Amino acid sequence: MSDPMRIRAVMLGDQVDVKILMSHVMETGQRKDAEGVVVPAHYIVKVTAQCNGRTVLSADWGASVAKNPYLSFRFKGAAKGDKLTVTWTDTLAGTRTDEATIS
Amino acid sequence: MTRRARALAGALGALCGLGLTTLQAAPSTEDAIAEYHAMFGDENPAELWQIRGEALWHEKRGPRHVDMSGCDLGLGAGVIAGAYAQLPRWFEDTQQVQDLETRLVTCMTTLQGLSREEVLKIKFGDGEKKSELEALTAYVVTAAKGAEIRLPMQHPAERAAYALGQGVFYYRAGPHDFACATCHGETGKRIRLQTLPKLTEPAGAQNAYTHWPAYRVSQGELRTMEWRLQDCFRQQRLPQLKFGSEVAIGLTMFLAKTAEGGVMAAPSIKR
Repeated sequence: MSDPMRIRAVMLGDQVDVKILMSHVMETGQRKDAEGVVVPAHYIVKVTAQCNGRTVLSADWGASVAKNPYLSFRFKGAAKGDKLTVTWTDTLAGTRTDEATIS
Repeated sequence: MTRRARALAGALGALCGLGLTTLQAAPSTEDAIAEYHAMFGDENPAELWQIRGEALWHEKRGPRHVDMSGCDLGLGAGVIAGAYAQLPRWFEDTQQVQDLETRLVTCMTTLQGLSREEVLKIKFGDGEKKSELEALTAYVVTAAKGAEIRLPMQHPAERAAYALGQGVFYYRAGPHDFACATCHGETGKRIRLQTLPKLTEPAGAQNAYTHWPAYRVSQGELRTMEWRLQDCFRQQRLPQLKFGSEVAIGLTMFLAKTAEGGVMAAPSIKR
């Protein structure tokens, strides 16, 4: 099972400042291990963030995103105490959803 | 060069009326790392290890089905705040000078009843192969953030460990006839673009010791002091440094003692 994300969501004026750390190997499928065998691709392809039933971020990712990715964005239309739900899905159909309360 | 740096270089070139060809001086590796660090702000992927470690600490595990709250890291059972800043130290129960990692192994084996072999199966993580020891280390180290390094240095064995570490630090060996001091005994030295701290005096040792363990960007892993030391040995082409050995703990003791007075800022981010 994958490790939880670290999600911080803080009100900055009328915007929510979101910072997310994800735990993922983000294997490109181009790398070979010590034995010369290609390490199979395994990376996040979709990230979505939802708040109050509204999708506030939807991102298509590829193999060029770093290992243990860090994602930061801002959005409007939420208030302190609202819940922010973040989900990622990877190439091996692995998925993880975590929630944070906006502070 | 990052895209942003390239754009900046381009903008500067246009502003100064210079061609891009005259602006070949790339920012130094340290600048690039500083820029990368700045993008993270206060965030550090090391937190992913810390979170995992915190969960592991509180989880009832092993044949005895207990958590780690009975683990004494030197400041009493279950006390982790600031504990890392006072390690390595002498432990009465094991009759040994231990660093954090070997002490965690002691707790996992004696309290939880896990086998030493099992605990040490993955000492250093690699992608999907995750190390519980590293996660626990990250958790305990984070709880020492802001604590001043202050070693007890009361027990003769602690002084002996320091002396051993100091001896090894200056001991030249291996095909390159290298000692730790060869690279870390003078200021202003570097390997390729990495500036090397002078670890024989407080300023250099504090700067280095207070920033380990660290998230190593180039490896995408959190690396501990035990890892750092065994990698130094590898770079010197010395025999493999045994995990938790007297030499490993002696060197840690020597570095920690030299860094005394420094304020813990680990886990940090390294290149």
